[in-house]
This record gives sequence, structure tokens and C-alpha cells, in this order.
Amino acid sequence: MNLILFIFIVLLGFTSYYFGRRKAYTIQSTNKRLTALPQFYGYYLAIWCAIPAFIIFSLWAIFEPTIVKLLILSDYSNQGYLDDELNLIYEKTKALSRGQFTGEITPFIEASAEKYLSLRSIAQSSKAVIVLSIIIASVAYAYKKISSNSRTREPVEKFLKAVLFTASLAAILTTVGIVFSLIFQTIDFFKVIPLFDFVFGTHWYPAKAFVRDSSEALDPTMYSDTFGAVPIFAGTFFIAFIAMCVAIPIGLMSGIYLAEYASVKVRQYAKPLIEILAGIPTVVYGFFAALTVGPFLKEIGNSMGLDVSAESALAAGGVMGIMIIPFISSLSDDVITSVPQSLRDGSYAMGATKSETIKKVIFPAALPGIVGSILLGVSRAIGETMIVVMASGLAANLTLNPLESTSTITAQIVVILIGDQAFGDPKTQAAFALGMSLFLVTLCLNIVALRVVKKYREKYE
Amino acid sequence: MKKNGVKMIKINSKNVDVYYGKKQALFNINLDIEENQVTALIGPSGCGKSTFLRCLNRMNDVIDICRVKGQIIINDFDINDKSCDVVRLREKIGMVFQKPNPFPKTIYENISYGPTIHGMAQSKSEMDEIVETSLKKAALWEEVKDRLHEPGTGLSGGQQQRLCIARAISVKPEVILMDEPCSALDPIATAQIEELIDELKKDHTIIIVTHSMAQAARVSQNTGFFHLGELIEHGSTDKIFKNPENKKTQDYITGRFG
Repeated sequence: MNLILFIFIVLLGFTSYYFGRRKAYTIQSTNKRLTALPQFYGYYLAIWCAIPAFIIFSLWAIFEPTIVKLLILSDYSNQGYLDDELNLIYEKTKALSRGQFTGEITPFIEASAEKYLSLRSIAQSSKAVIVLSIIIASVAYAYKKISSNSRTREPVEKFLKAVLFTASLAAILTTVGIVFSLIFQTIDFFKVIPLFDFVFGTHWYPAKAFVRDSSEALDPTMYSDTFGAVPIFAGTFFIAFIAMCVAIPIGLMSGIYLAEYASVKVRQYAKPLIEILAGIPTVVYGFFAALTVGPFLKEIGNSMGLDVSAESALAAGGVMGIMIIPFISSLSDDVITSVPQSLRDGSYAMGATKSETIKKVIFPAALPGIVGSILLGVSRAIGETMIVVMASGLAANLTLNPLESTSTITAQIVVILIGDQAFGDPKTQAAFALGMSLFLVTLCLNIVALRVVKKYREKYE
Repeated sequence: MKKNGVKMIKINSKNVDVYYGKKQALFNINLDIEENQVTALIGPSGCGKSTFLRCLNRMNDVIDICRVKGQIIINDFDINDKSCDVVRLREKIGMVFQKPNPFPKTIYENISYGPTIHGMAQSKSEMDEIVETSLKKAALWEEVKDRLHEPGTGLSGGQQQRLCIARAISVKPEVILMDEPCSALDPIATAQIEELIDELKKDHTIIIVTHSMAQAARVSQNTGFFHLGELIEHGSTDKIFKNPENKKTQDYITGRFG
């Protein structure tokens, strides 16, 4: 029903566009000069169709359920029900009307369900009638109003600006909302667990918090030595470090090759191929790390007499490094290519070879951009989850041995939030505290990276 | 320089053809460049004068699709021969570009770049001396001696171009190629560069590409006129400007086309 109505409104919109334009042509044919191009008249009418429709639809969506509920429950007033019981009755009514109610059916509820259905259908048809009549009225009003000297271009431009503004506002508000939910939950978490214990504690053992019966009162002392984040911060930076040890040299060297040495033809094929690496879902990298690289490293280690865990920081970090290669190679390729040709010419004309030119002129000139690309790579490494969960285990060991398993912030968030959680429980809130610290770290890295990249751009423009 | 009344030829080019892909850019160029003189190459845009200039230090190697045929003989040696070492060649033949292109390094490092590559200084003091003499020869020393370790990109346009000239002469080249060195500069900076060119021809052979006829007349002793990839006429600047043999040369010089 709603869909049909919607299609109808869209068709009306197109029709009013057509009518608006036709009227403009008619005015034009009487040798009057228009104040705007004919299609602006069309858009103007279409907007007069879209805005009322949108307003009525949103008002309806807000008020219809409340009004229907009031009407249904008015039958039960003066019978001494509590608010909670009334809500239950309403939910039962709705379930019964959808045919999903499995409990005992009383005649009262049956009557309510019938009433509910009839109210809904009245609401639907009245909505259709109201929307369509208002649209037609508003379009007709606007159609009469437009003449050779009416302003249509300015309202249309204003409308477009408003639409674009709304879109960016939605993105910004979402960000703000997420950050605030992180902040509030984190504050709640630190009310139970002291900040000091979280930042400097060396035991991360959230499983201890799993055993609490949620009906018991909260006893902060039972969480001492449970949420010490040092091991997982250390693990995060350690795995990111291993990843960057793989990604920086390979990414940088392939970036330099693509920018300076590869012929146009090689570059044309090689660059997209490398960028495909960035398109592989990280979960695929994850099982590549867990099922191929991990056991392979274990075999090699065993043959050398080393004790290698099948889930090692090395496997996770190494595969993560491979994942990051395309970011570094592609970005550094871009910054190297954007170093002006005149600098290369200047260096070649001095008798410098290609490698000398790259080492002494191009690399220093592109350095800020390259640093920016590396920092972006680091923030990806820190934020990566799936590979660690699958390849490096979930036990938060405080270790610097790459052959043992460690865990990271992101992996621990997964551990905490898998399965049932209770809101307001320190265990759940710990995930928010971790998310918050992760957010702060990557935010700082991104800010630094963007600053550096911006500084680089200013230098040559 | 005249020895026994005979002018010494520094560069001798024979039947030089240049192709960009399938398009031929230069047709059978035969041009002799005299030693310790300034030779100006003039002609309308796209006539091939810069292409010819870039043949002389094999800068066209950098462009993938560019092919050079014919002989260019410098010091009795064909630079297009396979045995020619491009690094050594470019040490002998410096180049200054249209737009000043100092490296994003300090003034000192800009000058020491070439001598370092070619291993010309054994010690820090030797390098200091090379930097100082190069800057002095480029008439820039007095302006920058107190800020040698500041970035070269912070200088004014004219200063940057003189820095690039200092960079080019730091490796003591025999020939300096200049590709419209003043086109990005104001008249005062241009006058300084022209004065400098006159000074430099004592030690170097200079070839300058220019769009300014007045500049060619002011700085050069010899002039070559290019048109549509061909060398139409060449000879002493006096003769080319006062008494050209070819109608096209005359038309170009009097400003009828180009």
C-alpha cells in the first residue's frame, strides 16, 4: 500500500515537472523572456510536489502509532489496569492482528485486534487521500503562480543546497552520536574500574567477569586485576609493528618501482592488480593467516627446533602487512608521481643516475606524503580485527616473542561482545572503553597523517 | 676564441633527425657550435629548438618515445655512440631550464649535489670552496652567503634561476645549455642573468634557446633560426639580424610571424 502510494507520488512529481516545463515553453512562445531556463520551472513544480509529501509522510509516521494505541487502549480505561499491563495488552493485540499470537485468546483482545486492523486500514486510506489531495493542491497553486517573471531558479538552487546540507548533516550527526555513546559508556565503565587499573594493569582477563550472576549486586572488588589493558595495548602495537615491518619496505619499493621504473604498460596492469589486494575482505586474509601461514610457520619453526604456536603474532602481523601493502604502495606511487618532472630533469641534467635521483631528490621531496601514507597504514593495522581474531588467538599474553600468540584491542572487543551481554555491566562497558581508546589512537594518527599530507601539498602548489 | 684566426668548433652536429613516436620533430640538422661563444637558437614555438638543445646532453633519453638519429660530435666523440657514458657527458654539459627548479634542499646542498655525485671533492673544505666559487661565478654569493643552509626554494625567482646556474657550473662543465632561462623572470632578473651569461662565456660554451629576439641580439655571437623542425639559417648574430639570406628568417626577425 505504502509502496503504491510512493510510486504514485513519484509519478506525480515527474508529471508536475513536465507541466512546469510546458508552461514555461508556453510563456516563451508568447515572446516573453523567462527569468530562468524552462527546466527550472519543471524542477520548481516537482519540489512543490516533493516537500508536502515528505512532510505529511513524516508527520504520519510519528503520530499514527501513538493515536492508534490511544484509541485501542481507550476501551480498557477505567478498568484499573497499570501502565505496564496496558502496554502488554497492546502488544498482544498487535501480535494477534498479525496472526503471530500464540497465547490464550480472550474475546477482549480479539475485539481489540479487529479494531486495530480496521483503524490501520482507515489510517492507510486517509493517508493516501490526504497526501494526494494536498500534493495536487500545492502543485496546482504553484502552477498558477508561475509566470514569466516569477523566480524559480533561486528556490530550486536553495532546495538543492538544503538537500546537500542535510546529507552532510546526517553523516556528521552519526559521527557525533557514535562518539557520544562511546564517551558515556566509557565514563560508566571507569566509575566501576579505576582508570589507573585500566591503563597500568597488566592482567587482562575479562572471562572472570563472565561468571557473575547478573541478579547479584555489583561488587567492584571482584574486578580487581581483571581489566588491565597493558597486555592488549602492547599486543596491538606489537602486531601493528610486525605488519608495518612487512608493509613499509614492500609497499614503498613497489610504489617507487611503479612511479619511476615501470613502463606505462606495466603500470597500467600492475597498479590495479596491487589495488585488488585492498579489495580482498579481511576475513579472507584471516583464514589465509590462520589456515595457511600459521601452520606453515609452525612447521618451519619445528624443523628448526623452535617452539612456535600455530596462532602466532608473526602470522597475524605478517598477513596484516600484506593487506596494508596496497595502501602504502598506491599512495606513495601517487605522491612520487606528483613530484614535478622539472626536479627529475634538473637532477638528470647534473649527471645523476635514476637511483641517485630517486634517493636524493625525489624521495626527500615526496617524504611528507610518504610519511602520511605510512601513518594511514598504521591506523589501519591498529584497527584491523578479523585477521587477529582468526590468526593470533584471544588470550591476552604480555609478550614480545613474535612466535607466541597475543591479542589486540579489536580482538578483545570481539571476545567481550560475542554472545549474551547485559547492558550496564562492566564487562560490556569494557568494550566501550577499549573502543574509545582505539578511537583516540587512530584519530591522533589520522590527524597527524592529514597534517603531514597537507603540508606536502602546499609545498608545490 | 680564435686560434690563428680559425674559430674552434666545440659541438659539431651532422644530419640530426629526431622522432617522437612516428612524428618527426627535427629534420637533418647540421649545426656547428663555436667554443666560448654564446649561440642563440630562435624560432617560433614548437619549431624544435628545445628538442635540439636536449639532444646535446641526451636529455631526450628520459622520454620513452623519443628517438635521435645522426651524429653529434663533442671533443671528437659522438655522444650518440653506444660507448658514450651519459653520466660523464652530463658532467661536461650542464643545463639550465625554463622554470627555476632548485631541489627542495638547502642552498648549499643544491650546489654540492653535482660535485657529490661525481666525487669531485675529497673533503668538506674542498666542497665549501666549490660551493663558494660556483655561487660567486653565478653572482649570487653576496646575497646568500649568510643563509647557505636555508632552503633554496625560499629564494626569489631570479635568485632561484641563478642558483640553478650555480648548480650547473659547480661541476665545471665545458658547455652550458640554457632553455629559455629568463622566460619566468622579471626584466631586472633577466638583465642580471644576461650579464651573467656574458661573464660565463669566458670559461664555458653557451647555447641558449630564447623567444626574445632582443635577448638573442643582446647576448649571442651566433644565431640559428629554426622553423618547423628545420634549421633555416645560421651564422653570426650580426648577419642573421641585419642581413638574413632567407626570406623566412627575415619575416621572423621583423615580427611578421611566430
